[in-house]
Amino acid sequence: MDQNRITINGHAYEFTPGQTILEVAQQNLIDIPNLCHLKGTRATGACRVCIVELEESWGRKIVSSCSAPAKNGMIVHTESPKIVAYRKFYIGLMLDSGNHNCDIGARADESWTDFQISAMENDQKEELCPVWGDCELQALAYRYQVKGRVSGRHREAVTLPIEGDNPFIIRDMSRCILCGRCVAACNEVQVNQAIDFGFRGTKEQIIAGTGTTLMNSACVFCGECVQVCPVGALVEKKALGKGRPWEVTKIRTTCPYCGVGCQQLLHVKNDTIVKVTGVEDGAPNQGRLCVKGRFGYDFIYSDKRLKTPLIREKDGFREASWEEALTLVADTFTRIIDESGPDALAGVSCARSINEDSYQMQKLFRAVFKTNNIDHCART
Amino acid sequence: MTNSFNEFAKAKMLLVIGSNMTEAHPVAATFVKNAVQKGATLIVADPRKHKLVDFAHTHLPLKVGSDVALLNGLMHVLIQEDLYDSEFVETCCEGFDVLKQTVASYPPEKAGEISGIDPELIRQTARLLASVKPVMVCYTLGITEHTSGKNNVMSIANLQMLLGNMGVPCGGVNPLRGQNNVQGACDMGALPNVFPGYQPVGDLSARQKFENAWGVDRLPEKNGLMIPEMMEGLVDKMVRGFYIFGENLANTEPDIRKVEHELASAEFLVVQDIFENETTRFAHVVLPAAAWSENDGTFTNSERRVSRVRTASPAPGEARPNWWIFREIARRMGHTWESDSAKDLWDNEISVLAPNLAGIKYHRIENDGLQWPCPTESHPGTPILHLEGRFTKGKGSFMPVEWTPAAEVPDDDYPFVLSTGRRLYHYHTRTQTGNCEGLNDMLGEETADISAADAQKLNIDQNEMIRVKSRRGEVTVKARITHEVPEGLVWMAFHFREGNANWLTNPVYDPDTLTAEYKACAVSLEKIA
Ligand code: SF4
Ligand code: SF4
Ligand code: SF4
Repeated sequence: MDQNRITINGHAYEFTPGQTILEVAQQNLIDIPNLCHLKGTRATGACRVCIVELEESWGRKIVSSCSAPAKNGMIVHTESPKIVAYRKFYIGLMLDSGNHNCDIGARADESWTDFQISAMENDQKEELCPVWGDCELQALAYRYQVKGRVSGRHREAVTLPIEGDNPFIIRDMSRCILCGRCVAACNEVQVNQAIDFGFRGTKEQIIAGTGTTLMNSACVFCGECVQVCPVGALVEKKALGKGRPWEVTKIRTTCPYCGVGCQQLLHVKNDTIVKVTGVEDGAPNQGRLCVKGRFGYDFIYSDKRLKTPLIREKDGFREASWEEALTLVADTFTRIIDESGPDALAGVSCARSINEDSYQMQKLFRAVFKTNNIDHCART
Repeated sequence: MTNSFNEFAKAKMLLVIGSNMTEAHPVAATFVKNAVQKGATLIVADPRKHKLVDFAHTHLPLKVGSDVALLNGLMHVLIQEDLYDSEFVETCCEGFDVLKQTVASYPPEKAGEISGIDPELIRQTARLLASVKPVMVCYTLGITEHTSGKNNVMSIANLQMLLGNMGVPCGGVNPLRGQNNVQGACDMGALPNVFPGYQPVGDLSARQKFENAWGVDRLPEKNGLMIPEMMEGLVDKMVRGFYIFGENLANTEPDIRKVEHELASAEFLVVQDIFENETTRFAHVVLPAAAWSENDGTFTNSERRVSRVRTASPAPGEARPNWWIFREIARRMGHTWESDSAKDLWDNEISVLAPNLAGIKYHRIENDGLQWPCPTESHPGTPILHLEGRFTKGKGSFMPVEWTPAAEVPDDDYPFVLSTGRRLYHYHTRTQTGNCEGLNDMLGEETADISAADAQKLNIDQNEMIRVKSRRGEVTVKARITHEVPEGLVWMAFHFREGNANWLTNPVYDPDTLTAEYKACAVSLEKIA
């Protein structure tokens, strides 16, 4: 009886053998903070934020919940005073490790709220982190009210120039907390093998290729690393300055390119897509996208779009109303059918447009024109 | 696809043939690579050493257009060495004797001579395929874009039936569809021989069903024309009115000169698109359409999953949803159609008329889509077809086929094989990707990919402008010398007007499917200076 039960914060939960403590907690909507865990990849234990306290017969011990397997009879505390104290310390260290200019530590004299207000006012300033308000580290600093600048230590990475020689991804390693999620995303999820940990020791850093830029590495700009980065070290260039997280509506849709049919979340502000991310756990792509799906959305806003019906006139086209254009089409088709029969008409439907459009076009040809001369690029 | 994308990552063995997956279906390729990381064996059969080959246990660098010979050779070994699944063949298949007879004349030596693969490697690969169960086979246009396209597809099905890999998770035959909604356009009956849901137009009861549903009489019973026939009809005036919706035929069809002559011959051409392009130049009327994310609807992916597409932005100017445009034309020709949204069309017409889609309604696909067949509203959808060997038509039939060479093979005047395809950063003729910030920076022009050996022979440097000629035309294009391409092969794409491979490709077609032979024609290479 009750072979697979653990107790978390005083409540008992069932688990499946093989699950980690973190997985059991997440399944039961218990929020254990974590910054390096990435579903489906090997646990690294790099951030140490997911620590929990276990009650053992001999006393208490601290483990990383992302790697410790759940065991029958375990008693787990996720927010004990000791855990909270350690967690604050680790969060503080991470804030100190780079250019986290949203933290309150450097301005210990100001209150948290004042800082928030001044940061919002200064949103356009270049030096403010572009993911302000959408950062997992910042959110934890807020949740645990961490004041940074405890160690006074600065890592070398802080002086690194921002890398932006590619059109899609800005890499600012001065904000990297070395959580390793991007490395797991690139090597274990997308398997593009473009980035890795480099320069061991205090100079440790995420490097592209053998220490070059993404542009010169094996990177294919799938953007998976950006999607998983908890902080502002990796951001989408095209989305910069286009909308804050609380200003956008997220609309789920399907990618317009290849036959995989990846599920996307369109981040929309003022009727404009400002960014695209993958739908985590959505079928079929499980959150993944490729460069076209992630960055190929803005063609719809091109000023070269066709905006009005056009009718040929001598060598060029003139603009026309729908009424005029559609009447011309209907009249001409009717005349051709009268003169030469319905099979003198033929049509090609679009393999990129929605089902409902193709259905409607074949219905027009069959039910109205009375011909089966309807096809599409089925074979390409 | 008979199976689903999520099975790729769990597969024990995968055979990927004629599919440059990391560029054409990148996310699908990630699942294949995940499987390899977890210990799966990957076999890649492709003339080119593309990226996926880096992950492969075995690469079969077959000659362009030799797929049937290679596959028959593999089956020859499987039968000769008694490695095939005789139980599955006996209980679930018919026609084994004919298959046996056909592949008997493809011993590895002969298959090897045609395909350029070492006979011993063919034997080893056959044994490898038989050593694990199930094996998942994935293919793309490298299989279908040949004059023998249909035969290539049947060979793959033969192989999977022989190995007993049908109707099981992580097995099956899995064509990755090129465009996002090719599957859907077929399902919707945008084909000359079937109504929505593959109900034949030649079938009286099907016609009656649609006559009742649409409130019309005398639906045409004769199969219609396929695209190449329509195009030829423009020249001989059998086709007088031509309506092109969303396809840039002037760049995507083989032999651009011929295509443009055909389009220019059209008496009345209507083009409905989101941009002006090479095809709209020939139009008499251009109709501006709403684009992806400017209207609601559904797409159906390669694994038969119907997923929602939603509105994020208003269409620019006067642009309107395509279904609205068709409805307005119908109205002007005396037909009033009730459905007034994509949801109406799906819930009240499509899902009512196509039995495989009957259980799919908009309210059921708010989140993840559903995979057809989905006959009722309580049906969970079908991730895997032919489960437990139950084929739709009872037993699965072997359809043995003979190898036939490409219609045009190299000779003294045109000594190279040209094969074509797609690259990662663009999509077809760039109607979409060419108008996105950044993608042109990643790839700004066509290249002709050639081997280092050929470059050396012809004294061509990396990035040098060269001339590629075929019997149909010539282009001036940058040479890209790469280890991916074997000697004797030139590989190009059709994303740009300049240097587009379709100035060169051969307008010859598979006799049944009328798919063009984009993957093989003969060309010559010339240094310009
Ligand atoms: S964009 Fe994709 S390929 Fe490039 S580093 Fe990130 S995860 Fe790797
Ligand atoms: S770049 Fe982002 S995801 Fe990668 S290690 Fe640094 S903080 Fe983590
Ligand atoms: S994101 Fe990439 S792989 Fe996914 S459907 Fe779009 S084009 Fe295909």
